Amino acid sequence: MKIDTLTDAIGEWLRGTGPESDIVMSSRVRLARNIAHFPFVSRASEQERFDTEALLRERIAAAPIGGSLEYIDVGHLEEIDRQFLVERQLISREHAEAQGARGVAIDGREQVSLMINEEDHLRIQCMHSGLDLAGAFEQIRAVDEEIEKVVPYAFHPRWGYLTACPTNVGTGIRVSVMLHLPALVITRQIDKVFRSLHKISLAVRGLYGEGSQAMGDFYQISNQTTLGKTEEELIEQVGDVVPVLIDYERRAREFLVRETQENVHDQVSRAYGILRTAQTISAEETMQLLSRVRMGVLLGLIGDVTIPDINVLLVRTQPAHLQKIRGVELDTNDRNIERARYLRHHFEGGTEPAN
Amino acid sequence: MKCQHCDRQAVFHITELETGEVRELHLCEDHARSYLNQSEAASETPAGKPSGSGTPLGVGQTAEELSVLDQKTCGMCGISFFEFRNQGRLGCSHDYVAFEKELEPLIANIHGATEHVGRRPRQAAAIVMPAEGTEGLTRLIGLRLEMKEAIAREDYEKAKENRDLIREIEETWLSPSAASPTPPEATP
Repeated sequence: MKIDTLTDAIGEWLRGTGPESDIVMSSRVRLARNIAHFPFVSRASEQERFDTEALLRERIAAAPIGGSLEYIDVGHLEEIDRQFLVERQLISREHAEAQGARGVAIDGREQVSLMINEEDHLRIQCMHSGLDLAGAFEQIRAVDEEIEKVVPYAFHPRWGYLTACPTNVGTGIRVSVMLHLPALVITRQIDKVFRSLHKISLAVRGLYGEGSQAMGDFYQISNQTTLGKTEEELIEQVGDVVPVLIDYERRAREFLVRETQENVHDQVSRAYGILRTAQTISAEETMQLLSRVRMGVLLGLIGDVTIPDINVLLVRTQPAHLQKIRGVELDTNDRNIERARYLRHHFEGGTEPAN
Repeated sequence: MKCQHCDRQAVFHITELETGEVRELHLCEDHARSYLNQSEAASETPAGKPSGSGTPLGVGQTAEELSVLDQKTCGMCGISFFEFRNQGRLGCSHDYVAFEKELEPLIANIHGATEHVGRRPRQAAAIVMPAEGTEGLTRLIGLRLEMKEAIAREDYEKAKENRDLIREIEETWLSPSAASPTPPEATP
């Protein structure tokens, strides 16, 4: 059903459009919400989880936004389909691996996703391509306001929105931007940048990665605190630092072109060469090489590939995507062979028209 | 969770069983290392007392204080503060009231603040937001748990009583079409 239609579609954050999209992949805002009269998910009985899911699913479906959402019963999905939704950033890894009644409602553009029974009863997420935190917040606020009319959110005048983990209490908001910072990695400035981000209490994580080891030079910057500041202030906290990071990355890219043009050109050309000719290749290596090619395209060193094209390859070469496209389950070895085949075929067939 | 000896995240959760006494320790990497080294050294000394009271870390006292806190439970979902400390997840929204004193330093440590200043849910037609937030509604969690317990001990009269009360509160306050002027506390 919907999962298969998603395979052919392109998610919002892969669109490769929006402000500063040469560096900012996507902007995301998420809200953690709970229903006052049910225990939090980890404490709830099977029946209570079921009731919580039913209540939220029904009331969201009946709200005005319900008409534009597709509901997926994550509790009854095959593992590969759950993994697919994780790769697509529509559900979290925790949600995929959890037990019991749970689901996700997604809009057709893959901008809005509402996870039911994750760590909290409801996790609303809104993702926009490029740098657009204000737009993402405006959209998520409208969704939140619709739902609060029909569901009694757990709220306390002093503590704000009540969450299963005290790290999310208050606004329940997590604001994040995903940045592509290859030049800061190559020029070895990235650690310095991250240390300074930690000092202003911002968290840094890699794309897909749980740890700090980012794959393919993609990094997610987000707020760490949720209480004692307004939503707008927390958005500003993240938003204010982005132009600075963009500026650093641009300067590092200019430096690379100015000082080491041959080296950089060589690196991105080799990366492109491997992607077009490899016979077996891991997901990690693919990400790393695509990251370099992406930079090469932006620096004008590679002419016949577009940014949206690379963004799409980034996700379609992930394990679950690859298997969904191929239509069979594959072990790691076969996936690596299939991934290489997919990449060769993609580059041979020329690129899709640029947008 | 915070380390018992500094502000860093506790990553080692140690349960000590000694002379019939159970002791919980929550330590960061550094403090765990020095604690473990110490207890090893202590156990190597033949006359060495068990690594309890009198360690330079003052672990005994903290553990004692903690064990008093740990016994506190939430009247609605039944979680103890000890369980929360072990799992890092609260049991229900009433915990923020039941464990307010215990949570306050923890929350202050995480956020550097103890007062929410952001948005509030807008009062919906059907769901009246009382002055104390949605705290009144958490009563349903306790009533459901009581009902389950009543059924388990075959006290069907009590179970039925609870079921009716739950229905009444739900119908009055939670059905999307309902709109009533009296706050939830007024229900018997």
